[in-house]
Amino acid sequence: MAVDTSSQSAVKAAGVDARGRHRGTGTSGGKVRRSLTTHWYAWAMVAPVTVVIAVIIGYPLVRGIYLSLTDANERNVARSIGVNQIPATYEFVGLDNYVDALTGSQFLGTLGWTLVWTVSCVSVTFALGLALANILNRKIAGRSVYRMLLILPWAVPGFVSVFAWRFLYNQDNGLLNKLLAGGGIDAVPWLNDPTWAKFSVIAVNVWLGVPFMMVALLGGLQSIPGELYEAAEMDGANAWQRFRHITLPGLRSVSTTVILLSTIWTFNMFPVIFLLTRGGPGEATQILVTQAYKFSFEISPRDFAQSSTWGVLILILLMAFAAVYRRVLRKQGEVW
Amino acid sequence: MVTTAQTTTPQANAPLRGRRSPLASIGLHTTLIVASVIAVFPVLWVLLTSLKPAKYATTTDFFKETTLANYTDLLENTEFLTWFGNSLLIAALTTLLGVFIAATTGYAVSRFRFPGKRGLMWTLLITQMFPVAVLIVPIYNIMSSLGLLNKAAGLVITYLTIAVPFCAWMMKGFFDTIPREIDESGQVDGLNPFGTFWRLILPLAKPGLAVTAFYSFITAWGEVAYASAFMVGDENLTLAGGLQKFVNQYGAQWGPMSAASVLIAVPAALVFLVAQRHLVTGMSAGAVKG
Repeated sequence: MAVDTSSQSAVKAAGVDARGRHRGTGTSGGKVRRSLTTHWYAWAMVAPVTVVIAVIIGYPLVRGIYLSLTDANERNVARSIGVNQIPATYEFVGLDNYVDALTGSQFLGTLGWTLVWTVSCVSVTFALGLALANILNRKIAGRSVYRMLLILPWAVPGFVSVFAWRFLYNQDNGLLNKLLAGGGIDAVPWLNDPTWAKFSVIAVNVWLGVPFMMVALLGGLQSIPGELYEAAEMDGANAWQRFRHITLPGLRSVSTTVILLSTIWTFNMFPVIFLLTRGGPGEATQILVTQAYKFSFEISPRDFAQSSTWGVLILILLMAFAAVYRRVLRKQGEVW
Repeated sequence: MVTTAQTTTPQANAPLRGRRSPLASIGLHTTLIVASVIAVFPVLWVLLTSLKPAKYATTTDFFKETTLANYTDLLENTEFLTWFGNSLLIAALTTLLGVFIAATTGYAVSRFRFPGKRGLMWTLLITQMFPVAVLIVPIYNIMSSLGLLNKAAGLVITYLTIAVPFCAWMMKGFFDTIPREIDESGQVDGLNPFGTFWRLILPLAKPGLAVTAFYSFITAWGEVAYASAFMVGDENLTLAGGLQKFVNQYGAQWGPMSAASVLIAVPAALVFLVAQRHLVTGMSAGAVKG
């Protein structure tokens, strides 16, 4: 929140300007003008972002919502073939797409798996990140080396890592199955069996997500004053009690933020699913985002309306989640 | 010994809990070693594969023959350099434009109280949770009608939808860490808010700008969905699209794929490891103080 001194300074600076040019701001429209002379610096500074957001996010968003209310697909949108412009012929169908999505089994089925995927990824990632952050926060030989090695998955561009995992998961030649064969265990169809594929994509996403979680929580741990632990130890608190009553409360603000962020990221995690399994086998690992993408870019004719509908539903779900999450935190006295 | 360690690393807040039992030490180190191996292994494996002749690609013989053949093959016989150039151009333009457009906004929301600020902050926050699925179809149709599909410009404009809100948000966090006394001293010296921003605050915020720039670069560099949907044809692909070629179209070409992975990952990882300390600070500053 802006502290008063600086906003006063804006008033002051703008006041100089006002005295110079519009002496004696009149009565009618004076309020608008005064607010303009007071705030024009701020508004000028935020103008570029506002324009960009309005033009390249706001307008497409509105269009996307509109498309979700039509029956637009590849065949009836405006397009040009050679020099011929073919006008759009799709029609407004109201909420039909939403009714179809919400009453059909596909959306709800995909939503179910998306929720399983999100909850398991976030909880496992958080647990592992917290455990590793706690170990790294101790005085331990080679701490910075361990830290560096553990961060590595975060440093590699995501799509490269995913291909590396595809390589490891390969059923016939992948290293994982070679290792299992060495132990006399039959090859596992990592990406070809629905259940194993679900397990595999979660494993990769956890692998990708732990470093961020760990580093963020480590930062949180280091901001907890050491005296608290000393005092607790004096009072005879054991390790678990110290963790339960000092570490966890001390990490609250960091954990709530990273859990919110990683829930949103995981829910929308396109590359892992798309590059690892393309949603397969069948539709076993398809999450909402990859399915929406599939509607508009992988099937024929491309179903733009259905894709937009799913997109809008995803956005509504996420915003509802963020709002509920925020309300719960506020009820517990957390300022966020 | 414990006390000396404490004085040499004052930021270590690990509690003084006397000496750890050897068993506990072994347990901690074992955990860390296992975790590190899991973290590093896939990357290391790809690096080692890239140095093997293609015919051994899927075997576990590591040091039988070491060769750079995969790399020369990749550079001579594929479009890798073109893809690399495309990615570089698109990511660099996105970063430059994103940081440039967002810088003043970050400052304004950090320092001023003005009508519309709350709404703007909310917009910046909510756009971060936009799934790719909401915008991809309308943007695709718009780009198609403007003739910008398959063009670098189209992808750059598209990436600005991700970069601009993110950069503004992150820069606000950095500007918040710069003391307000500096702004006040600027006003005392007769600078207007633009002057204060440009002459005093921006130079101080350079590390923050660098981190924001780096982060949006990495985001554009690694983006998959838009790049896969908007760019077709071998010479227009970015790296994310290019790598898919090795795995999907011709079966799996692990040799060139592993070499390409190394060439993409190693520079990114090196820069990342240098910058990462600031990354987390910036993100949590932006997010927590929001």
